[in-house]
Amino acid sequence: MAYPKNYRYTKEHEWISVDGALATIGITDYAQHELGDVVFVELPKPGAKIEAGKSFGTVESVKAVSEIYAPAAGEVIESNGELQNTPEKINTDPHGAAWLIKVRLTNAAELSGLMDAPAYEAYIAAKSTEASA
Amino acid sequence: MRYLPKSPVERKEMLAAIGAKSIDQLFSGIPERFRLREALKIPGPYSEAEVIQYFKERAAENSDGYTSFLGAGVYNHLRSVVTDAIIQRGEFLTSYTPYQAEITQGTLQAIFEFQTLMCQLTGQEVANASVYDGSTAMTEAVLMSERLTGRQRVLVARSVHPEYREVLKTYAKNSGLRVEEIPFTARGTADAKALQAALKDDVAAVVVQSPNFFGVIESYPSLAELAHASGAMFVVVVTEGVSLGIVKPPAEADIVAMEGQSFGLPPSYGGPFAGVIASRDKFVRQMPGRLSGQTTDSEGQRGFVLTLATREQHIRREKATSNICTNQALCALTATVHLTLLGKEGLREMAEQNLSKAQFALSELLKIPGVRRTFDAPFFNEFTVEMPRSVKILNSQLLREKIIGPLALGTAYPELTKHALVCVTETTPRAEIERFAEALRRALERPI
Amino acid sequence: MRPQNIKEMNKKTKKASRHTSQNEGLIFEKSSPGKRAFELPSLDVPATDPAKALGADHRRAGIEGFPEVSEIEVLRHFTRLSTWNYAIDLGMYPLGSCTMKYNPRVNEFVARLDGIATEHPYQPQELSQGCLKIMRLLEQCLLEMTGMDAITLQPAAGAHGEMTGLMLIRAYLEKQGNPRKRVLIPDSAHGTNPATAVIAGYEVENIKSESHAQIDVEKLRDLVTGDVAALMITNPSTLGIFEQRIPEIAEILHSKGALLYMDGANMNALTGVTRPGDLGVDVMHLNLHKTFSTPHGGGGPGAGPVAMKKILEPFRPVPILVEKEGGRLALEPVRPNSIGRVKAFSGNFGVLVRALAYILAYGPGVRQATEDAVLNANYIRKQLEGVYELPYSLPSMHEVVFSDAIQKKNGVNTMDIAKRLIDYGFHPYTTAFPLIVPGALMIEPTESESKEECDLFIDAMKAIAEEAATKPEIVKTAPHTTRVRRLDEVGAARKPVLRWKPAVPRSEAAD
Repeated sequence: MAYPKNYRYTKEHEWISVDGALATIGITDYAQHELGDVVFVELPKPGAKIEAGKSFGTVESVKAVSEIYAPAAGEVIESNGELQNTPEKINTDPHGAAWLIKVRLTNAAELSGLMDAPAYEAYIAAKSTEASA
Repeated sequence: MRYLPKSPVERKEMLAAIGAKSIDQLFSGIPERFRLREALKIPGPYSEAEVIQYFKERAAENSDGYTSFLGAGVYNHLRSVVTDAIIQRGEFLTSYTPYQAEITQGTLQAIFEFQTLMCQLTGQEVANASVYDGSTAMTEAVLMSERLTGRQRVLVARSVHPEYREVLKTYAKNSGLRVEEIPFTARGTADAKALQAALKDDVAAVVVQSPNFFGVIESYPSLAELAHASGAMFVVVVTEGVSLGIVKPPAEADIVAMEGQSFGLPPSYGGPFAGVIASRDKFVRQMPGRLSGQTTDSEGQRGFVLTLATREQHIRREKATSNICTNQALCALTATVHLTLLGKEGLREMAEQNLSKAQFALSELLKIPGVRRTFDAPFFNEFTVEMPRSVKILNSQLLREKIIGPLALGTAYPELTKHALVCVTETTPRAEIERFAEALRRALERPI
Repeated sequence: MRPQNIKEMNKKTKKASRHTSQNEGLIFEKSSPGKRAFELPSLDVPATDPAKALGADHRRAGIEGFPEVSEIEVLRHFTRLSTWNYAIDLGMYPLGSCTMKYNPRVNEFVARLDGIATEHPYQPQELSQGCLKIMRLLEQCLLEMTGMDAITLQPAAGAHGEMTGLMLIRAYLEKQGNPRKRVLIPDSAHGTNPATAVIAGYEVENIKSESHAQIDVEKLRDLVTGDVAALMITNPSTLGIFEQRIPEIAEILHSKGALLYMDGANMNALTGVTRPGDLGVDVMHLNLHKTFSTPHGGGGPGAGPVAMKKILEPFRPVPILVEKEGGRLALEPVRPNSIGRVKAFSGNFGVLVRALAYILAYGPGVRQATEDAVLNANYIRKQLEGVYELPYSLPSMHEVVFSDAIQKKNGVNTMDIAKRLIDYGFHPYTTAFPLIVPGALMIEPTESESKEECDLFIDAMKAIAEEAATKPEIVKTAPHTTRVRRLDEVGAARKPVLRWKPAVPRSEAAD
């Protein structure tokens, strides 16, 4: 799956797409692949504050739980309620319909530390060679 | 030794195959100076007959031959011999936790049936595969409330089993929970006014028991309403499950913590029993303990698996919802078989007999001059009476007549010295109830 | 392909062959109003009207959906279900770290005796001397085996014992003035340890093993600071390897005022051979359902007594078993420094009875059981070394851990091999642990297996390795011979169905 050029990525495999002061956050295709079939997601309610690098929710497969880390600080304005009934969307459309939360950013400067698509692709390519070595 | 399936020759062959000179060589990982050179100083070896003899001798030093009027969280009920015949089948008895679903469908389906029975009994939507016992179930229900509400204050009725409250306090010490107690009224029920005064928006759970420790049946709807108005979870503890055969289930509760001992498990000096946690579907992700779920196999057949395992400690490790690992599977199976045998009518009849016998016992006791009923609220198979003298002294006099008298309440409730908790079940014959009343009358007639 | 497959396999293994199993629905689906399997003796007191005694508010009409079946149907229902289970009584159960040994039947018999099973925890203690003597003797035996000073039989399971043990440590350190913050847990420890430490109010610090899977003692020296409360160690580790420097580890901790906790899950490797107390362990739990043969029963009940050194004794959970004048025993409910009560009543007494029956049957000869357990594990190790990769070469105690590195080249992993073992008539070994070995095959045969059963297991493991090399698909799609095939766990977790519900609500059906 292609990694959208206009997204930014974290080392923990989250993506963030920014539109002015608003941003959408999700997990990457690589992350969903590593996790396997997603069975449940736990997301913060609107109004919750998230902090860069801190966990704001979890994604569960049958036998593993993964924390989701915030790429940047902000206030949650919406979380993707559809995922409660259809968590499998995270496996099929992680970069689109299966976005997790929308936030109002409080410090856009934090985004500068994140990877762009080519950098992230190189990062995960290095990870897979490491794993097979 | 009869449990060990190897001959000396076979041991030698195996050592030779390994390439070890002696068995000691296999223990070379243990530093020499720490290896025991002397035999352990413990009794045995005993033959099977000697093992049985030892325990028969111990049994003879216990209460065999006495009639008991004790309940207080552990009840004597009839059990069918069929239950033991089933649970002693090696396929149930000697099987491990059903992680390998393909070869443990028996255990998994039985757990699924247990979960269903517990939902039906409690009026709740989902029940787990059991935890240690009623006391730890109550504690886990409180911890679950803490996770659901994000609050740390807990209001527990003083009419909840004293040992259950003690267990909660032990767990609370390290978790930041603040446990406060709600008094009981002159009728023996949880004090709704005191509860209302104590409730604020920082309360995680309101915990009541019904029938409560005094045997009194609580009215759920008003208490639940109070708890919910403050955003607290309403937790109901049930220690005498048979009551649910005729008493309305705690459908208003958010979480029910139940002791399953009454469902075919012998008193066994306090364990092993089976705690049950039942709740609402929407809270299932915060519920501790194993769950068996229905699914299908690759050929479309119905089957069962342990599910939602990510709540468990070996996966979440330091983020687990609780550190409970085991369920009391064999005890849960016992309850499942027992309740299936009883069935709808059997459980109702058993419950009705408990009620009738307890009512009869109360009327017999009230005929004795000086014996008074403590609380006038409805009860199931336990009730509280006030004696004109120390319960402990009266009980020691009853013992001489091979009667284990009712529980003296003074130890746990200093304001209730001279009060006793009497339990009568379907196993107590009328003649024994009358003998007890007669013996008590005589004891009270004696000069002090 | 299935029949062919089974036929072919049956030529290779003497352990298993085809066997019909009965189909059986849920008990609720067999229910029909008016059937019953239990009758009560007739009531010998006047019948009370529930509506009158309880009041209309409290009265329950009936339990919706509760089963109504006859006795023979109950017996057949559960007997049929039972035949779908694997069990120790059927054969070897090589689950690593679970110690699935023979559960002697005399244990069940004595636990059910009148005067044992019938006793009420609140009956007078003068009428409970038999129960208390059983507890006392079990305490003494366990203390002698562990080399400890004091013990509590209260905890209901291993994890409950762990929690109790850590609460003891916390209470002791608090009494010293500072409960401290952190508990160190090696990567080779049991999966339950971290959750337990958190429940006891500690932060967890995971520590990495050195290259031989032993605790890195030099690194430990730096890690143990004034805010470390304890190290939780499993010995032998989940790799089945004895921590050789454990006395030194204890010294490091003690020199900084910290304590050493030992998870006794693997005590089956040590009983009668060495004693944790002599090694410097301060507190440990025992799993009576592992080392001491009480049945697992499909996941419990268990018991997790906690043995400790003198310094922790004042903090034991109540009630405390004490000896009074004249040898009379009593349970005391109050102790000033106690951590409190960890469960209602006095422990899982019925489990304690079974464990004592086991100990009495062996006496000091229990050492032979330990030796046979270690002999079996090493025999299997020797026969399978090279067939499966052995990631750590230190001597094995009661269990051996291989990895699937060789088979992985053909796309076959440890779970596939485990599932294929089912077709060969064995329960799988442990696959999920230890985390430190990727693709682990953790095998614990216990002393209960004969040479013949070990040989059958070895043959099966070799045959599967051969299949993994030549026709991996058979292994990857195993099991082929069970009632149900691999089950849809994803579906089960996404849309949980956790109870039976009637297809059509009764009230509507009646309309």
